[in-house]
Amino acid sequence: MRFRRPLILAAAALTVFAVGGCTSDKPSTTTAADTGAGAAQTAAASTAPASGTGEQSKFFVQADYDAQLAMRSQTAEGPADKPWEQAIAPQMVSTAEYKKDGPYHLCFSNAAVDNPWRQVGWKTMQAEVALHKEISELTALDAEGKDDKQISDISELQAKGCDALIVSPNTTATLTPAVKGACGKVPVIVFDRGVETDCPVTFIKPIGGYAFGADAAEFLVEKVPAGGKILALRISPGVDVLETRWSAAKVAFDASGLQVVGVEFTDGDAAKAKGIVNDYIQRHGKLDGVWMDSGATSVAVAEAFEDAGMPVPPMTGEDQQDFLRKWKDDGLTAVAPTYPTYQWRTPIIAALKILKGEEVPKTWNLPQPKITAENLDRYLQPNMPPLHYALCGCEGMPGFPEKWGGK
Amino acid sequence: MTPNVLAGSRTRFAALANPTSVVFLALAGVILVGWALVAVDGGQFLTMETVVGVQQRSAALGIVAVGQTLAIMAGSLDLSVAYLISLTSLVAAVTMAGQDSNIVLAVGAVMGVSALVGLVNGLMISKLRVHAFIATLGVSLIIKGILSDLYDGPAGRVPESFQHLGYDRLGPVPVSALLWAAVALVAWFLLRRTKYGYRVYAVGGDVEVARLSGIRTDRVIVVTHVLCSLCAGIAGLLLASRLGAGAPTVGTDGGYDLESIAAVVLGGTALAGGRGGVAGTVGGVLLLAVLDSVFNQLEVNSFFKDVVRGVVIVVAVAVYARRTGLAGRRRT
Amino acid sequence: MRRALPILVVLAVLLAAIAIVNPFFIEPAGFLSFVRRAAPLVILAAGQYLVIVAGEFDLSVGSLVTVEVVVAARLIDGDEAATWPVLALLIVLGLVVGLVNGAVTTLLRVPSFITTLGMMLVLSGAVFLWTGGAPRGALSQAFRMFGRQTGWAVLILVVVAVAAVVLMRANFGRTLIAVGDNERAAALSGVRVTRVRIIAFTLSGLSAAVAGILLGGFAGVSAQVGQGLEFQAITAVVLGGVVLGGGRGTVVAAMAGAFTLEALFTLLNLYGVSGALKFTVQGVILIAAVAAGAIRLPFLDAPKVKGDAHAVS
Repeated sequence: MRFRRPLILAAAALTVFAVGGCTSDKPSTTTAADTGAGAAQTAAASTAPASGTGEQSKFFVQADYDAQLAMRSQTAEGPADKPWEQAIAPQMVSTAEYKKDGPYHLCFSNAAVDNPWRQVGWKTMQAEVALHKEISELTALDAEGKDDKQISDISELQAKGCDALIVSPNTTATLTPAVKGACGKVPVIVFDRGVETDCPVTFIKPIGGYAFGADAAEFLVEKVPAGGKILALRISPGVDVLETRWSAAKVAFDASGLQVVGVEFTDGDAAKAKGIVNDYIQRHGKLDGVWMDSGATSVAVAEAFEDAGMPVPPMTGEDQQDFLRKWKDDGLTAVAPTYPTYQWRTPIIAALKILKGEEVPKTWNLPQPKITAENLDRYLQPNMPPLHYALCGCEGMPGFPEKWGGK
Repeated sequence: MTPNVLAGSRTRFAALANPTSVVFLALAGVILVGWALVAVDGGQFLTMETVVGVQQRSAALGIVAVGQTLAIMAGSLDLSVAYLISLTSLVAAVTMAGQDSNIVLAVGAVMGVSALVGLVNGLMISKLRVHAFIATLGVSLIIKGILSDLYDGPAGRVPESFQHLGYDRLGPVPVSALLWAAVALVAWFLLRRTKYGYRVYAVGGDVEVARLSGIRTDRVIVVTHVLCSLCAGIAGLLLASRLGAGAPTVGTDGGYDLESIAAVVLGGTALAGGRGGVAGTVGGVLLLAVLDSVFNQLEVNSFFKDVVRGVVIVVAVAVYARRTGLAGRRRT
Repeated sequence: MRRALPILVVLAVLLAAIAIVNPFFIEPAGFLSFVRRAAPLVILAAGQYLVIVAGEFDLSVGSLVTVEVVVAARLIDGDEAATWPVLALLIVLGLVVGLVNGAVTTLLRVPSFITTLGMMLVLSGAVFLWTGGAPRGALSQAFRMFGRQTGWAVLILVVVAVAAVVLMRANFGRTLIAVGDNERAAALSGVRVTRVRIIAFTLSGLSAAVAGILLGGFAGVSAQVGQGLEFQAITAVVLGGVVLGGGRGTVVAAMAGAFTLEALFTLLNLYGVSGALKFTVQGVILIAAVAAGAIRLPFLDAPKVKGDAHAVS
């Protein structure tokens, strides 16, 4: 009996096709023009091998780099006390075609919640939703870091009767077809990582990775005397938003008199980062500066110098509380560029604007502050957990600080 | 070989003693409970989108798990499938380079690469007598190194026509699910209707006895690993078609190594080999996918999902162990 | 000790190669800092050895390490006074997780690969369910001391190593190997197989707790601290010549395997082997070591014609 079962299943399957007919969920045809938006103009690597920074990343796009560095000094438009509503050099687009009456059902396809940055952001987004009575529901699916699941999630969400779809893509290239598929049916808002199509109504991001990497590198160029030895610590290769950070730093280091003695990957693991720094101290006797593409392991790096009985050289971090506290307590020479988590508020605000027919920027460039010795006290929050990101823009929201793990 | 040998004395429980029946009963149970829970939550569970979603979500894992079933049935296992999937998705997308004319070449290249990896796995396990766990773990490290040396992000492009594999459907059944069904049917046929299948059961049951009874056990192991890797290659092709490109992390992000093993044992195949089958694995994969879908509908936190998944897998295998335990002692 | 000889030779060669590139390595401070860094993996390898030699696997140790660190941070929350009670609790937690692994594997007859795979999912899910997705709280200075100060870490390592060797020389060690070699024969000769296996799992849980305390101390709170450690520990044990499937190998060799793995990482870093190909080298060495062992062993000691080179449990 059990031998026959698959045959029965097959027969059942055939019947189903006969009844069902043929359909495709494939997104509409791609035109050659909108794929690989920046790839074509990728700059040939600017070479300066003597500085030890290696080849320029293939993700480097000169035009984007120039634009981001320029944006750092531009003034953002919008309410000064609400950076998540501000936009730098906005090119407004009309959204009249999406105007409809509330209440609104928003949907969100989230790449993952697997790190503290995304956790803080996700809590902030939920709090933002709670602020708006006209939102009846937010349906959110977590792709758990899997491209394939996010593709299924996006198509599943289209069946939920959403008025707007927010997407935080797990990977730029591979999520593009799915986002394109959704664009025809519902207004789409993309934030954090982009997609290779301009079909979303708006794409929300802070200034970007080039500005982050340049902010950190320029600080070291300023603080470390010429000829100084710099160690660059990166999380992992091949992640677009991290590649841009490093490639901008590389440009800055190549133009400086600093010597980059190593570029290493930490996987975001504090123990590994500490070990790497330890190795470099042993091999080179000392290091004069540490550049980092994110703050997750900054404290471990500072401790590596302490454990070796050395002063901590100028270094860079991010807006996580553990690093800010270390910086304050030990009087480090440091800078913390940010990739603000308040950008998780903006998609909700954008969705409501779109559904009410108000204009939104095509590319919504949020300001991207950097924490320096001067403004450190403003961002240090002793009551918040060590991995909380200071730039959540969540201080005034209901439930703060408990909802974010503070006390 | 089957627990049904005791059926004479326990006729009433015969169906329950068969893990395949248990897993399909559990599947029906989960669908019912899920439907009820989602209904209480104010949603609809058995919509077209959910049904299609469950199949889309399980197709790639299902194909890998069918291959993994063969390996486990033969008393082996394959930890290298996750990295092999990443590798083959890249081989496919890079070879195609967006051109329809390259599809055949790309499929051939993927099959070639997969067969080679399977051959290496099989030879190391059978000829060099390296434990399958270590051999395939070592191979996955080797592939990981090659991947991160050659690629630093998604690469290649799959032509439009090839994406039909990942997105088209016939009524409620996606083409990807058909592909899975086809792979499962072939594996079922091999296991149940051919001499090779008989030998797999024999080798997985007791490799010494199999050898003494004249089976060339080494050859069985090698063929099994080639087939297992080919399944991973097919899954890589399917994922490349879904993503429109190859991605060096698609296999590991999906956790296809441990998850496929979990699905196989959830389907009632004994981890020690020699007992089980493809039908159970299909049930196991569907069970995981339906659970996922219920969680998705209820927007359950992904950490809670992990807890439930872990408990379900262990409980299921404990249940099978109780049922079959009466028929024979645990093999060590 | 004869069994441990090959891995000790390999280790000596690797250490010498490191010393050539980095003279600081032979100075006490340099060498001790290497030992400190290797300590968590060596301790995990000792625990994993007990399980493997009994014919089982423990895949849950990586996530158990993460759980220990995250739980410690949340419960201590920067309060020095909480250090000792929490340390005691962490040890108990490790023992309990190991006990559950052992009980499910032996009493419910679930293959350990599946038991500990399930435990891995449950642990990593449960701990972040409890902390709301990301670690919170902070470790105290007293807690950090064990992993951060070389002296403490090395001392703990020595204690664990001595305890493991003594344990394996005692009656328990002999019965453990007998169980892994041939369960049925051991049972017939009066060994309480179930109890021996459960103890092995419990001790593996304990080793993960100690490793977690050291790792948390070394680098602070992190959600990734235990990632992949289970496979590294198994790799280390196997490198030491311990046979998966049970019954063969010594705990000294397993710990030497862990040192070797750590030395290999250090060496590859020192020689600047591109980060990417590092994995490939690691994979080749792993397979080569086991293949070499499998081919040589039959001549070394003839018995145990079990032919289970590919059997899982």
